[in-house]
Amino acid sequence: MRRSRSTTRRRFLSTLAASAAALAAPPLAWAAEPLKIGLILPLTGPFASTGRQIEAACRLYIARNGDTVAGRKVELIVKDDSGSPETTKRIAQELIVQEKVSILAGFGLTPLALAVAPVATEAKVPMVVMAAATSIVTTRSPFIVRSTFTLPQATAPIAEWALKNNIKRVVTLVADYGPGLDAEKTFVKRFTEGGGTIVESIRSPLQNPDFAPFVQRVKDDKPDALFVFVPSGQGIAVMKQFAERGLAAAGVKLIGTGDVVDDDILDAMGAPALGVITSFHYSAAHPSPENKAYVEAFMKANNGMRPNFMSVGGYDGMHLIYEAEKRTGGSNDGEKIVEAMKGLSWTSPRGPVTIDPATREPVQTIYIRKVEMKDGHYWSMEFDKIDNVKDPGP
Amino acid sequence: MGLPTQKWSRAEIAFWLIPIVAFFVFPKYLTLGSQIMIAALFALSLDLILGYARIISLGHAAFFGIGAYAAGLLAKYGWGEPLTGLVVAAAAAATVGLLTSFLVVRGEDLTRLVVTLGIGLMLYEAANQAAFITGGVDGLSGVQMRKLFGVFGFGLDGKTAYVYSLAVLFIVFVFARTLVRSPFGLSLRGIREGERRMPAIGVSVRRKLVAVYTIAAGIAGIAGALLAQTTQFVGLDSLGFPRSADLVIMLVLGGAGHLYGALVGAAVFMVLQDYLANLNPVYWQFWLGLLLVLIVLFARGGLLGLLQSVQKRFGASRR
Amino acid sequence: MIGNFVGVVFDGIAYGSLLFIISIGLSVTMGLMNFVNLAHGAFAMLGGYAAVVAMTRFGVPFLVTLPIAFIISALAGAILERLLYRRLYRASHLDQVLFSIGLVFMAIAATTYVFGSQQQPVQLPPFLRGQVHLLGLDLGTYRLFLIAVVIAITFALTWLVERTRFGAAVRASVDNQQASAGLGINVYQVFSLTFALGSGLAGLGGGLGIDVLGLDPTFPLKYMVYFLLVVAVGGAGTIKGPLFAALILGVFDVAGKYYVPQIGSFIIYFMMVAMLLIFPRGVLGKRA
Repeated sequence: MRRSRSTTRRRFLSTLAASAAALAAPPLAWAAEPLKIGLILPLTGPFASTGRQIEAACRLYIARNGDTVAGRKVELIVKDDSGSPETTKRIAQELIVQEKVSILAGFGLTPLALAVAPVATEAKVPMVVMAAATSIVTTRSPFIVRSTFTLPQATAPIAEWALKNNIKRVVTLVADYGPGLDAEKTFVKRFTEGGGTIVESIRSPLQNPDFAPFVQRVKDDKPDALFVFVPSGQGIAVMKQFAERGLAAAGVKLIGTGDVVDDDILDAMGAPALGVITSFHYSAAHPSPENKAYVEAFMKANNGMRPNFMSVGGYDGMHLIYEAEKRTGGSNDGEKIVEAMKGLSWTSPRGPVTIDPATREPVQTIYIRKVEMKDGHYWSMEFDKIDNVKDPGP
Repeated sequence: MGLPTQKWSRAEIAFWLIPIVAFFVFPKYLTLGSQIMIAALFALSLDLILGYARIISLGHAAFFGIGAYAAGLLAKYGWGEPLTGLVVAAAAAATVGLLTSFLVVRGEDLTRLVVTLGIGLMLYEAANQAAFITGGVDGLSGVQMRKLFGVFGFGLDGKTAYVYSLAVLFIVFVFARTLVRSPFGLSLRGIREGERRMPAIGVSVRRKLVAVYTIAAGIAGIAGALLAQTTQFVGLDSLGFPRSADLVIMLVLGGAGHLYGALVGAAVFMVLQDYLANLNPVYWQFWLGLLLVLIVLFARGGLLGLLQSVQKRFGASRR
Repeated sequence: MIGNFVGVVFDGIAYGSLLFIISIGLSVTMGLMNFVNLAHGAFAMLGGYAAVVAMTRFGVPFLVTLPIAFIISALAGAILERLLYRRLYRASHLDQVLFSIGLVFMAIAATTYVFGSQQQPVQLPPFLRGQVHLLGLDLGTYRLFLIAVVIAITFALTWLVERTRFGAAVRASVDNQQASAGLGINVYQVFSLTFALGSGLAGLGGGLGIDVLGLDPTFPLKYMVYFLLVVAVGGAGTIKGPLFAALILGVFDVAGKYYVPQIGSFIIYFMMVAMLLIFPRGVLGKRA
């Protein structure tokens, strides 16, 4: 049967019109739907400072960059999991099923992230890990993207710095738990590969350690440096013993990762922290214009609280989300969002960062810093750096 | 109060309808619901030793954790069938309970307190050390559960977890209820009220305490296994002191020595915690402490005790 | 190696002395009033924070903060005893445990609210810092000072208990409350004063211990098991028992964590179990 030309033309035009409408309509239809981000953090319990810093940073990002992205209104839903994995998982499930969040973020510790990973995979929801620092986290789900750092990434550079600076004999002192053992493993491997000698590897108990006898043992070992990794609150005890037993006077250097001179408590740690040399991805004293503005805005919005490395994890995590949404035109599709995050590169308050498309980990500059006093406060001042450090892997 | 019988009162039947109704009325809170029921089962196990046998334990989470790790490890390394996991967990926890019961039934309150506390802390440290098995602070992940009865998978909606937890809770509850109303349970009550006199009527006090402690440990192990199976994860905090302390609080809140008090206390505690934690997290601990102080000073029997005195006041003398 | 060993024992003795001075109050409370007070660590914490505030906000020199810590904790103890503890003397041990846990939670939450959750620093005066070269060994000056203070206090306490009327009243009340009351001893007053004294000593220990044990809001829970251990193993109601227990505990804890850090924590608990099996009422216990 022959169709009349007009019918064909009409059909063609209407199809064209329909396609044009279809192309134009979705963004407009989605624009009404807010972008819900489920931010799960430990706001109570022993890791409350992590939660506090990250929440403040996320809110700061929204305040500075507006609460709309790709035509969608950003809704930040903050929930406290008090550091308990079963609670984190339950909250994640509730956020996905009830609130229908498009993105999950936060995760103050490795077990919390590991517990939620299967949920993210099943629901196809992206998980932006802003705090947990163990390498294996990103391997547990293709939807996990990390915005902070990994412990091996931060540890290897201090070993290299030590090798370059005439430090031949080192004693390692770590707390006997997962992160401590990871730090020890990475440091020992790099240091010995480069020709250094590990005089001894000491492990302190996780609970209630008395560092006096350990530090005494280090003194008797007479190393060039002591590498330390202990949970945040214990660092000061180590440093005090270090000073009291006269190790600094004996020429022993105290080195470690930036965790032990956390900006959140560094100022309160005071004099015993002076001279400690660490490698890390962020110092509140990083002398870039972006960071200066960041620190100023952060302190202003939070009663003079100094931002630490956890906060940049939060700030950059929000950046990842915003950028991914811009690039996907405000998508809710988990796979598309993760794809958009891969390979993203920008200048963060910490310095330049790129998300490695293969591992979804941040590739960034690791700085070597020394604790010094400036303007009456204690800061980790950067004096050397290694660019484009990747995560060495689990 | 008279001698207890095995008959079920109307109030009890009404009570057990609540979780069934909740399944349909609160479909979005099923995961919270299953975690409440797991806590209730855990509190039930503590009631047996604290409410009925008057053994003060600040380390009961040890058995919870053993059960959780047993079930988790079993599932992780190939055998993901849920029900056998429960049995293995109960056996593991009960064995450790039996072995440590000898320390706990000797000595007086302070000794028991210290011993249970110490055992809990030791086990926590052991689990941390054995990170190659337990995952240490990072926890045990990769727990793969097979479908329950080959049909019901543990999914995102939490339905299977809820029904599973409820069923296990109910079955174990019936067991506990039968136990405390049996001659064994009566002798426990006798021990609770007059320990020194019991040997005079031929009751071997020590053996009964060992038995109830072992049973309670096994039940706590089942609760732990349920958590491991429904969340497919076991954290080191399963064994930690905060879990033991929260447990004691739950039980006292509801009222110890009635079995139902454990269930009510656990439910109220978990709901309050979820609700208040989102309001004002930092103050939760303060109000909890204050609540405890007030309960001890003014409402020793917990919520159930309050209920009973209200009942008495209004002359409800129906049995 | 020997030098190391002596050094470790020395550190252990310092640690144990600190535990002793904090726990002695708990021992007497348990022995005298038969009250299981898990909140005892909170009084130590109070003393610690009082010392910190005095030092940082009022510029009081370190040595003067110690009596301040003592007084503040003693006052708090006296007030709480009169208002709250007194009501629960006849209550079951379970109720006492719950009550004191409730107090601990409130104390921790309040402290976190006021001071924040981080470790409190303490600035020791220069003459207490560093090391002293004694008998061929390098010993921490502060720890030496600690041990000296505790020795002095132990002598003072022993004198108080054995040579004064008050001490006699305490000993009598521990042995037999009813008979003592019958003899005209105002037992309640003895309770109050003893509780205040015990809390004060705990506060002093808290202030002294900041440099060794650290100070943060979770202090009462972190060290609770140690205090309980000292009293359970040493025996409630005596001075010598807890002293002995605290020193043994301190030495074994430090030595254990030093020589075998992987199982260091176990050693204490293991020893505790062993000792409690042999002495269920404590080594020199009068009342458990």
